[in-house]
Amino acid sequence: MIPSIPQPKALQAAYTAYVVVFFIFLALPLVVVAAFAFNDSQFPSLPWEGFTWGWFFGDTRPMIGAFHERGILRAIGTSAFVAVGVSALSVAVGLSNAFLFNRYRFRGQGVLYIFMLLPLVVPGIVLGISILVFSSRVANIAWDMSQWDIEALRPGLTLVILGQFSFIATIATLVIGARLQKFDRTLEEAAMNLGAGRLTAVRTVTLPYLAPALIGAFVVAFLMSFENFNTTLMLVGSDAPLTIAMFDRLKEGSTPLLNAVSLLLMLGSSLLALVMIAFQRKG
Amino acid sequence: MQSGARLGLILLLMPILLWLSLLILIPHIDMFLVSLRERVGVGQYETSFANYLTFFQEPLYLWTFLRTATMSITATIITLIIAFPVSYYIAKIARGRTRSALFLLCLVPFWVSELVRTFGWMILLRETGIISNLLQWAGLVSGPVEMLYNDAAIMVGLVYTSMLFMVVPLVTTLESLPDEVIEAGYDLGGSTLSVMREIVIPHAAPGIVSGSIVVFMLSLGNYLTPTMLGGKDSLWFTELIYSQFIVRFNWELGAAFGFMLLLLSSLIVWGMLRLTGQTLERTMG
Repeated sequence: MIPSIPQPKALQAAYTAYVVVFFIFLALPLVVVAAFAFNDSQFPSLPWEGFTWGWFFGDTRPMIGAFHERGILRAIGTSAFVAVGVSALSVAVGLSNAFLFNRYRFRGQGVLYIFMLLPLVVPGIVLGISILVFSSRVANIAWDMSQWDIEALRPGLTLVILGQFSFIATIATLVIGARLQKFDRTLEEAAMNLGAGRLTAVRTVTLPYLAPALIGAFVVAFLMSFENFNTTLMLVGSDAPLTIAMFDRLKEGSTPLLNAVSLLLMLGSSLLALVMIAFQRKG
Repeated sequence: MQSGARLGLILLLMPILLWLSLLILIPHIDMFLVSLRERVGVGQYETSFANYLTFFQEPLYLWTFLRTATMSITATIITLIIAFPVSYYIAKIARGRTRSALFLLCLVPFWVSELVRTFGWMILLRETGIISNLLQWAGLVSGPVEMLYNDAAIMVGLVYTSMLFMVVPLVTTLESLPDEVIEAGYDLGGSTLSVMREIVIPHAAPGIVSGSIVVFMLSLGNYLTPTMLGGKDSLWFTELIYSQFIVRFNWELGAAFGFMLLLLSSLIVWGMLRLTGQTLERTMG
């Protein structure tokens, strides 16, 4: 079944209809979430009570909009802070890994590569609890030995960052490695022939070539961190990132405020995705 | 090796070794060690398999474990069946701009957090939700219908949540199959069915395997979707882990549960790779 092979019209129509239904299925929950952000009602459900901007800009009870709700704003800030930390770490380690696997041949390389991929096939919640167990053991040992309380090893933002980094680093490595593989090494040699040192050649030739992949990896890491739930859930302390804060509210019952926040999230992440695509086109 | 290159190698090895040992390897070993501890008194522990014994002897734990596994496998199969025709359409039938547009459309929902996606399904499926209202309006049902809080709702959520991870590898492998090969299949007298069975599906096998592994893994380890869409009786194994760790503070048993989940997912992933002759590097890298 490809266009050059004739097929009965009815079959073709049925196939197209199937694909259309599939895309409706994909879009439906998001459209619904977006639409109910504008419903002038206490609950995100029918009946439709009329259009309102209140869930974004409202500043009086019961309609406190997303832009005036302190808890949500703080959670967005926390998420952004975590995401920047995770992305920076992941891109740095990913870049180092990409060079390691691309430029060097050493014993155990294959095994190391498989190890590098493993975090992708470990359930997020298991990553979370194993890091939680290990870090508290280290913290307890430090306390027993020298009464030194290492705050960073107790559930909190440091652990959240480390937990997310533990698997997002793999993705960053794959994104950067894929582009480094396509790099023409002779360009670097040419730079060295022209008198550049090895590091200068990498800095002036290779890194600019890698820039789209670095930005891409940063954005992907940022988005993945921002939406991560499972690993974060196990490591979170008193400062909750947005997904956890929203989850806590959802358990208590939802108001269209959550729809408004969700819509903002959708806009934000589409914008970031577009930025990334634009950069990759240029590269 | 020159000394400069050697230094470079050592420097580049440091981050990856630190990352993999401190955040992956040692924590998992430690989790296993904790799961082997049996609390015999206040602050007193003995090494034993007591936690695993508890796991196998308590019907609720074992039942939830098996239920989570079977439902994850079912979700994987359903996702594959739904995604395959769509991926084939994108890779082989759509052309030019339509193709990239469709592909991009598949990606968009997944830039949004899982929480938002699940929330969307809650608004659709709940008693006062859109579908219930629509059915009443159409006169198909006389009162509100509750479609949330059952296994079917969990299944919808799981399939929806992991769709992308099936579509992307399928599209990628199907795109690499030249149209001419399919045409040749027909020229040699093949029917649509036999061309699919003997040419398209074997070619797409790496994509099918990697998609299935990821979808299975994500379903098995999912916490949000089963908690929010499932009812009180539809427990998911991750919920048990969470409650042992955070609610009951029984880390020993929780670690044993975590290890069982890890064991199950590794076994299934390994089995699928063996069964289809794929390797982790080929399917994930």
